[in-house]
Amino acid sequence: MAERAHGAVETGIVTVTVRVSRFHPETDRSSGQQDYLVPAGPGMTVLDALVYIKEHLDGSLAYRSSCRMGICGSCGMFISGLPRLACQTQIRALGPVVTVEPLPNYPVVRDVVPDLEPMVTHHTAVRPFIVRGGEEQEYPTAEYLQTPVELDAYLQFAYCIKCGICLSACPTLATDPAFAGPQALAQVYRYSADSRDDGRRARLGAVDIAHGIWRCHLAGACTEACPKGVDPALAIQLLKRLIVADVLGIGRRRGPAPVAPPDMQAQRRPDIPAAPPATVPGGSGAQKNQP
Amino acid sequence: MAEAARRVQSGPPKRIGVRGWVYAGRYGLDRYLYILQRASGLGLILYLFLHIYETGIRLRGEAAWSATMALFRTPVFVVFEFILFAGFVFHALNGLRLIFAELGWLLGPPTRPVYPYRTSIRRHRPWVYALMVLTGLFVALAAWDIFVLLD
Repeated sequence: MAERAHGAVETGIVTVTVRVSRFHPETDRSSGQQDYLVPAGPGMTVLDALVYIKEHLDGSLAYRSSCRMGICGSCGMFISGLPRLACQTQIRALGPVVTVEPLPNYPVVRDVVPDLEPMVTHHTAVRPFIVRGGEEQEYPTAEYLQTPVELDAYLQFAYCIKCGICLSACPTLATDPAFAGPQALAQVYRYSADSRDDGRRARLGAVDIAHGIWRCHLAGACTEACPKGVDPALAIQLLKRLIVADVLGIGRRRGPAPVAPPDMQAQRRPDIPAAPPATVPGGSGAQKNQP
Repeated sequence: MAEAARRVQSGPPKRIGVRGWVYAGRYGLDRYLYILQRASGLGLILYLFLHIYETGIRLRGEAAWSATMALFRTPVFVVFEFILFAGFVFHALNGLRLIFAELGWLLGPPTRPVYPYRTSIRRHRPWVYALMVLTGLFVALAAWDIFVLLD
């Protein structure tokens, strides 16, 4: 299945055979296949082809999609041997026959719709939110202070759209359903590396277990498959370093980021001119700069 | 209620199973190295038991020991020895690389995901190539030593 070189000019309409996996939970015991002939113009995605099939060829086809621009993560499918987002996969780059199957390592709801429950269960189990002790968590008084360098430590992993593609690519999850999976582990690192967070210990304890992080042997498939460049493999290896450093008691750890100090009510010096009037009447900047 | 309805409708898990360990399909080089690392590791464990049995033969006297040693000098066992050494070299060097990488070294820092994405696996690739060259060098030396010098 030779993929075409990037930048090759494609014109006209070619007919592509789309081999879709079919499964109806009430009548089928296992998945079958069905071929559809789809006219593919330049720029057509696999999702466009599925829309075409549903509109013109077979209304009974079930698939999941929403934003059709790689933001929502609904249309993760196993397309021609790799898990990818259907909306971001050019159909004419895949040759004359394109196979579309549901994501592996998930139960199938119907046709190419996977049940993402395993991912969601692991994701929610790792406390994917900023944890701060005390009153500040429930009744915040001000923002936390964070430098751009501290932001870059976790920002890449915050781009996860929870499409579940990395769990399909993972060879460990192929046999071990209890494994937390790349998505959840990457989110453990995303929140543990966040300087505003103070819940690291509980979160790391939840993955430093038999079916936790140490089942990852760096096959790199999750990172390769990730459609958003989130790089879960890197997050998992950095998380391993964090846990090892924690256990050995080495490495520098600063406490959670401080809350921004309250307004000091400073007075303007007479030799400094007053700020121009605020564009938004009554805005906070206007009040501060009044002498 | 909706929860129960949805559970009834879900089909069986479409788990890849052991095929996920031994088949890398269209995935990249690291996935194949992952398979090789497992296969060579299992091979070395198997060899360890054979090795214990084989050295235990020494207890049955000199004649049995000499016969075993003569068997090991037959071409089939010389080839086995070479494969064993190649597996050992690969497992050791790749294992060292994995120890470093799994502690977060040699992968580069997190970067903002700007398309086209440059992943840690790509940044790490030169180390993989270096490892393969080194492994090839050791295996070639072993081939020269086992097949040319001794016989």
